[in-house]
Amino acid sequence: MTTSRDRVLAKVRAALADVPPGAPDADPPVTRAYRTAHTEATGPALLALLAENLADYRAMVHRTTEDQLPSLLAEILRTHGSRTLAVPTDLPSKWLAAAHEVTRLPDSPTVTADQLNGVDSTLTGCALAIAETGTIVLDAGPAQGRRLLTLVPDHHICVIRADQVVASLPQALPRLDPTRPQTWISGPSATSDIELERVEGVHGPRCLEVVVVSG
Amino acid sequence: MSRTFLGMPPFPEAAAVSTQNAQLRANLTHATHTIRDKRARAVTELDDWAQLRQAGQEIKDHTLRHLDHYLLQAEKAVTAAGGTVHWAADAAEANRIVADLVRATGESEVVKVKSMATQEIGLNEALAAEGITAYETDLAELIVQLGDDLPSHILVPAIHRNRSEIRDIFRDAMGRWGRPAPDGLTDSPAELAEAARLHLREKFLRAKVAVSGANFIVAETGTLVVLESEGNGRMCLTLPETLISVVGIEKLVPSWRDLEVFLQLLPRSSTAERMNPYTTLWTGTTAGDGPSNFHLVLLDNGRTDTLADEVGRQALRCIRCSACLNVCPVYERAGGHAYGSPYPGPIGAILTPQLRGLQSEVDASLPYASSLCGACYEVCPVAIDIPEVLVQLRERVADQAPGHRLERAAMKSAGWLLDHPAAYSAALRTASRARGLLPRRLPLPGPAKAWSDSRDLPTLPEHPFRDWWNSRPNGEDGPKHDDGKTGKDSAAR
Ligand code: SF4
Repeated sequence: MTTSRDRVLAKVRAALADVPPGAPDADPPVTRAYRTAHTEATGPALLALLAENLADYRAMVHRTTEDQLPSLLAEILRTHGSRTLAVPTDLPSKWLAAAHEVTRLPDSPTVTADQLNGVDSTLTGCALAIAETGTIVLDAGPAQGRRLLTLVPDHHICVIRADQVVASLPQALPRLDPTRPQTWISGPSATSDIELERVEGVHGPRCLEVVVVSG
Repeated sequence: MSRTFLGMPPFPEAAAVSTQNAQLRANLTHATHTIRDKRARAVTELDDWAQLRQAGQEIKDHTLRHLDHYLLQAEKAVTAAGGTVHWAADAAEANRIVADLVRATGESEVVKVKSMATQEIGLNEALAAEGITAYETDLAELIVQLGDDLPSHILVPAIHRNRSEIRDIFRDAMGRWGRPAPDGLTDSPAELAEAARLHLREKFLRAKVAVSGANFIVAETGTLVVLESEGNGRMCLTLPETLISVVGIEKLVPSWRDLEVFLQLLPRSSTAERMNPYTTLWTGTTAGDGPSNFHLVLLDNGRTDTLADEVGRQALRCIRCSACLNVCPVYERAGGHAYGSPYPGPIGAILTPQLRGLQSEVDASLPYASSLCGACYEVCPVAIDIPEVLVQLRERVADQAPGHRLERAAMKSAGWLLDHPAAYSAALRTASRARGLLPRRLPLPGPAKAWSDSRDLPTLPEHPFRDWWNSRPNGEDGPKHDDGKTGKDSAAR
């Protein structure tokens, strides 16, 4: 019996009668004359570029040091009025050392979207960040938890270490594992569907706060 | 239930109606000009745009030349990662597969991420016929669905609606589909977006099945990629237990690395952003995170016929950015509905008749829904030569039905364009601006090629004749633009 699979593949092959037979790698390689980055910035200049592009997308950006991180996080939660906080199970315990007032909801397979819907904030790390585009990449790796953790609550705080920042997309992809589920975030949720007027926050977190840690 | 594009009148008739709608035209003009200006700025930011565009074109062409190989590679990778791959030769088969998969879950509701492929196959209507309700979750698609309307733009499907129309739609229809609009809803975009958030959140939280398309499938790894802004995509792709993605076979790219090209080209061409707010990438299923069942439906539905045409196959490079719509003077005047398919504008004029064939009057009229000004080619991030394909399709229309019904329908389109001097002169103006970027030779196919190959195109004048005429010192006395009523549009341009 001919399946649709067979039929579609046969039609593809028939359609390509003009293409000389041969393996795909017999084709000349793709011309990749584009840049591997659009900035030469490194170190502090690269972090500044990231912060600038994140802010351009109306994410709130904070800069701090390893030592000051716990007090800054406590401060952010207090300012936001957060009483409950969803956290990945492997979040470095030191991060929340100063946040005494918040009740934590640790991620686990039994935590439901409904429960997260009632949580004020969520706090995670990330896999890497791309300075040129102001993008944070999460891949459910260390200190990130499941994808829904950074999706359902309305306020996401994301901590980026200086060594996780790359300049560009071409530099980011080789550092990522395609087999992991990934979420790339550039600023908070936004829509321009009504008369092209930008409105922040339709379904994802309406408020994204990013903490860049160096030193 | 929602309307469909089936049974639409051919382009000139549909355009004749839509051009009468002043509201629609004002909304469209404002929107397309805003997006195109923003896009131009976003593109200028990258000094290697031409190189990215070339790489994008080459990657897609290479993939299409070896599509059988990459399809099999993708099938293997998705299956190895825990997904199930289905093949659908046409719309009916794809709809059947999706309906059966939904039924097998025992559910009668699905949430949907905006997807051109599922619009193309009329999935929502097919599911409705089986007693399954599909909820659109993209804000613009929601507006279209609640308004029992049709999408009119690839990127902003409700571009033809203004805020007060949207408020009325929400007030009247939300209650019929779920949580009603809040009392006293005003027409401020922020309030409208909030109403959509509340209306849809209850659906996200209870949804067990989601249906999506994909912007890309990486053949090497089996990874699917969806770009979006609102977070409704993440909701649909993450929360439900079962995810069904319907994806055209042309959406493949060979390698993970190729994403570095397309994730630069697409957001800037589409929403004029360095990066869209959210991109979700997934490979099969991941234990404990996201849907536990993943189905990929690979859709042909006319794509292999398009592939068989050596000139027309370049339309399959399209990454659906919508940049060509926003620069098209004909689209701007006629609106998206006039094209009779979910793919409007220049890309619709070449893709729809290739996917569906040229047998109907609607499809035979589409290759004429263009002034061949070349602006679409200039902005296309994968360098699709839309005018070249249009010319070749016109030849096919003329060949298959000389003096017949189809040719007459087609000529009506051309006539429509010539009857609408504002659209036509705008086309010429765009051409003047772009004159340094136009090819020097006319890309004619078939027997005409020998003629065009040996002749250079005349250089386009800096100003179209009509502009020059009207701007002469004594232009006031000269023959006026025959459509005085559209003078405002022209001035704003
Ligand atoms: S044809 Fe080109 S410009 Fe038009 S939507 Fe497709 S990729 Fe974009």
